[in-house]
Amino acid sequence: MTSREKILAAVKKSQPPAPPSTPTRLDGALPVEAKTQFKEIVKAIGGSVIEIENTGQIAGHVGQKFPAEASILCSVPGAGIGTPPNDGVVFEKLNLVILRANFAVAENGAVWITDRLLPDRVLPFICEHLALVIDASDIVPTLTEAYEIIGSDQYHFGTFIAGPSKTADIEQSLVLGAHGPKSLTVFMLAEKN
Amino acid sequence: MTSGTKQKDHATLAGIFNDDEARVDWHDKTLWFVRHKRDLAARQLPEWEQLRNNASQIKNFVLSNLHELLLDFERNAIFNGAHVHWAETPEEHNDIVKNIIARHGVTKVVKSKSMLTEECHLNEHLEKNGIEVVDTDLGERIVQLANEPPSHIVLPCIHWKKEEIGELFHQHLGTPKGVSDPVVLTSAARQHLREQFMTSKAAITGGNFAVAETGEVVVCTNEGNADLGVQLADVHIVCIGIEKIIPARKDLAIFLRLLARSATGQPITTYSSHFRRPRAGQEMHIVLVDNGRSARLGSDDYRAGLKCIRCGACFNTCPVYRRSGGHSYHTAVAGPIGSILAPALDMKKYADLPFASTLCGSCSNVCPVKINIHEQLYKWRQDLVRNGHVPLSKRLGVGMMRIALSNVRVFRMGGWIVRRIMEHFPSILTGSFNPWSKQRELPAAPRQSFREWYKQNRAKK
Repeated sequence: MTSREKILAAVKKSQPPAPPSTPTRLDGALPVEAKTQFKEIVKAIGGSVIEIENTGQIAGHVGQKFPAEASILCSVPGAGIGTPPNDGVVFEKLNLVILRANFAVAENGAVWITDRLLPDRVLPFICEHLALVIDASDIVPTLTEAYEIIGSDQYHFGTFIAGPSKTADIEQSLVLGAHGPKSLTVFMLAEKN
Repeated sequence: MTSGTKQKDHATLAGIFNDDEARVDWHDKTLWFVRHKRDLAARQLPEWEQLRNNASQIKNFVLSNLHELLLDFERNAIFNGAHVHWAETPEEHNDIVKNIIARHGVTKVVKSKSMLTEECHLNEHLEKNGIEVVDTDLGERIVQLANEPPSHIVLPCIHWKKEEIGELFHQHLGTPKGVSDPVVLTSAARQHLREQFMTSKAAITGGNFAVAETGEVVVCTNEGNADLGVQLADVHIVCIGIEKIIPARKDLAIFLRLLARSATGQPITTYSSHFRRPRAGQEMHIVLVDNGRSARLGSDDYRAGLKCIRCGACFNTCPVYRRSGGHSYHTAVAGPIGSILAPALDMKKYADLPFASTLCGSCSNVCPVKINIHEQLYKWRQDLVRNGHVPLSKRLGVGMMRIALSNVRVFRMGGWIVRRIMEHFPSILTGSFNPWSKQRELPAAPRQSFREWYKQNRAKK
């Protein structure tokens, strides 16, 4: 018998009878003002939210924080800033990466992004600073609604990103930029009228 | 722990930790601070208790259907392009991992946090076979440089002070002597580990959840170390226990809402990464480990321990853990949950752990999946006594107590004798055979028992 067969046989023998009822699951949480809560939580976890009317405004905000010679990669159409992906840029030297993301969650400030929106999977983790662009109308109250949206999406890789990379391993002192981005900015695109 | 040398028990190791009273107070306060953050986070969700109930029910469902769920997970993971391996024992797990790495001709691997690999002592095995392992979680890297195991499953170096970490980094990473600023030290570790990430062809991660429905594995970190490692490596090896399976993707909504809030009071970890398919050209291996889990599944008393999602809330709330430190438990998973998991693996070696508790029940009250930890601790004590794994002094003491409490005359006589001894020769009762007398003084003995007093003062009226 292989280990696989042995383990499966042992599990089958050991597992208790099924509980009388199948587990119930929550059907969504109390209604909240998702946009306001999202902004508050992102700030609380060390990130920042900038509201913009259109992607053309991103360049102006970036220009205030980054010098002209900064190495910037941007996958957002119409942003008019940085180099597009696949331009032979050295990922490790990137000061800023700006990516379109799928949607965001108010209760924890997390932004969901899948490989379809990632020119390379390592980008959101390897850059010095990260900016994610979402539509203000794409903020859901909790993870319950988030997984309803994700549904059975056949992404290859997906991740929730909530704030900048951080650690508190040294005496519980919070330090931003443990391995990944030292800052996270969420550009929130105003709802289209 | 190396075999051959006699393992010191929890009480002895806690005694050593307690020699430095200021450090114990600091350790206690730091962990209580984390527990407090957990409370604040939990109270922000009116549905918190409902979430705990749901999480507990889903985990019960998993335990009752684990066989089918494992098969589902395996089928879906293989469909996604992952290789699935099964290991009955730690040795088998270690060999599987070593062989995957060796096949790729790799001599260095980056590893994010995985308590399973601690349980299996994977690092030692790989290093013996010429493969360098770099733990990439900052806290784990610190204890690795210091040649120690983690003392907490979420906060691996919670027992280290920043000045000591500064000295350690000065020796190993070349930071200037005397630097103890966490920002400077973290920045030095970032540069040091970035080099490791950029040059490592293989990455090992644990897995917080393995979803049967989709065959994906979810890994949660704050630092982003799992993601950097995996996305830069040609080979991704996931090491998980078979109990990490959850039925459906939507169940993640419940577990991810509970996990970080219970662990550190954060609303979610910075990264919750869902690894479903490897990158083009990348290999993904998933090693499913039993190591006693299938046997535990068959035990009505101890099965619920398999529901654990490794948040560490029971550590932070435990009055014994906070004051004795993680290393006093001499096992990979310390604290209350470790004290009910370890004896199932080796009853003799870990016979001391179920006694490292006040049975106050706080662990069960904070557990996000509602494991009856304190009840299992109590149950283990009974099993340990029945199986003869309790020291003679304790057995004799309890035996004498049983005789005294079940016989009125012996009880009265015993009380009389002890009162006389307390009055005239108290040192007899505070000798080294009685650990309860450590740091305690005997109260003044009453002259008479309550019964004698009652007969004298009330009975005649």
